[in-house]
Amino acid sequence: MKVYLDHGATTPVAKQVLDAMTPYFDKKFGNPASLHIWGTEAVDAVEKSRKLIAKRIGAKQNEVVFTSGGTESNNWALKGVAFANQNNGRHIITQKTEHDCVLKASKWLETQGFELSYLGVDNHGLVDPAELEATIREDTILVSIMQGNNEIGTVQPMRELGRICKEHGALFHSDACQSFTKEPLDLNKDKLDLITINAHKIYGPKGVGALVVKNGTKLTPLFHGGQQDPGRSGTINVSGIVGFGKSVEIADNKKNKLMKNLRNYLIDRIMDEVPNSFLNGHPEKRLINNANFSFKGLEGEALVLRLSARGIASSTGSACSSKKLEPSHVLMAIGRPAELAHGSLRLTVGWENKLAEIEYAIDMIKKEAKWLRDIGGCDDV
Amino acid sequence: MMYSKNVMEHFMKPKNSGTIKNADGVGQAGNIVCGDVMFIFIKVKDDVIMDLKFKALGCVAAIATSSIVTELAKGKTIDQALEMSNQDIVEALGGLPPVKVHCSLLAIDALKEAIYDYLKKQDREIPAELERAHERISKEVQGIEGKFGNFVEKQREFLLDKK
Repeated sequence: MKVYLDHGATTPVAKQVLDAMTPYFDKKFGNPASLHIWGTEAVDAVEKSRKLIAKRIGAKQNEVVFTSGGTESNNWALKGVAFANQNNGRHIITQKTEHDCVLKASKWLETQGFELSYLGVDNHGLVDPAELEATIREDTILVSIMQGNNEIGTVQPMRELGRICKEHGALFHSDACQSFTKEPLDLNKDKLDLITINAHKIYGPKGVGALVVKNGTKLTPLFHGGQQDPGRSGTINVSGIVGFGKSVEIADNKKNKLMKNLRNYLIDRIMDEVPNSFLNGHPEKRLINNANFSFKGLEGEALVLRLSARGIASSTGSACSSKKLEPSHVLMAIGRPAELAHGSLRLTVGWENKLAEIEYAIDMIKKEAKWLRDIGGCDDV
Repeated sequence: MMYSKNVMEHFMKPKNSGTIKNADGVGQAGNIVCGDVMFIFIKVKDDVIMDLKFKALGCVAAIATSSIVTELAKGKTIDQALEMSNQDIVEALGGLPPVKVHCSLLAIDALKEAIYDYLKKQDREIPAELERAHERISKEVQGIEGKFGNFVEKQREFLLDKK
């Protein structure tokens, strides 16, 4: 049996999405920048997607700008806001469990004369709004907090954080790549100015995403050129955008419910049936498809590859799986001791998973965890 | 991270995993950075390593290198075994990702410690180089116990009582 439980890394492209995209490779291949009917046909398709995505996130159609994905959108949000608003201040706030692209863009901004503050998180990975309140200043131009964490799944209190940003006149950005269509998020209600989203975590194609930019937000472009999409140059990825729109259209509560049920079943059984297992992240405030465990007495990379040999896709934040030989910054930030950070396993379900697949995965995790603990001399530790 | 076919074979079906009752020597090595811990048990007759077993808490490379070290050292004399280098291990495995080369050192270290333990028990002279290696390795093991709480200590007690 083959069981894909790594939807946090990427999802398959859904059949409906692929079908919607296909004509835009050969029959409807036009460039939206062209004036002829091939061009206008492409414009119509792109605008239809833009409308769908805008509606889902509570934005106006012209507030959605397509990009190459999450990394570009996050880099653009941070660098673009920093350079366009530096006359108002040079202080930016983010937090310790952000995705690497936000953290590395932040580190780079420090070399460009910006001052960064990194909020801590509690043992469940939650940011404390009181800490934001205490850290935000007159010269804070931007606060960037991800909605749902990619490793441990913790979902942040966006509305509360947004309110604090507005009270202090700071722009508010969120990386919502993992949470988009899974958790409610609204540009206006959550007092956001910029939102990063992408397609390949929601059954759309890789290489396409968007930065939602509230009208009036000052933002320096990352790419200079023909301004094909307002503020973003580069030939528009029509087929990708069509796929992105379709993936948003098919993402619904029914699928979310399916994922949540499978995920809950997975967590309950693993916690019950694997001794010395611990759940990483918040027990309730977590992404509906995310499960992240630490198993004492085994190492995560070894477990991922034992499971892979059984046909199961998973991932880990263990030191041995990284090039730096350090455990993931997220597990460190939530204060997991070394022995638990060593044995972490992330399983992210999708709506196409079947209960029988989850059951098979649970059986294999039990078996392989036991095998690894035995070979490590830890079966009784 | 890409592992060679040979590494994956030793990882999926390791040779000589387990413990030896009344072992003639037991060695432990650990890496403070990545948290891997290995034990090697040896049985020696007429200065030849007749049997080896290992226990390894660690990644794919840690398990695979332990497995190959026990294979390569079997039938070697004490002196021959002490001459094995981590390069021999890496070559026998058909290569290791650069970031994982330290795991092969760890397996060699555990073997050295087992030999050290054997020579000590026999009241034999310890070569100066082995003495230095022992100092370094036992310091690393202490470090890992500091970082990983009493977990490694418990693992050792468990393994050594069991043997």
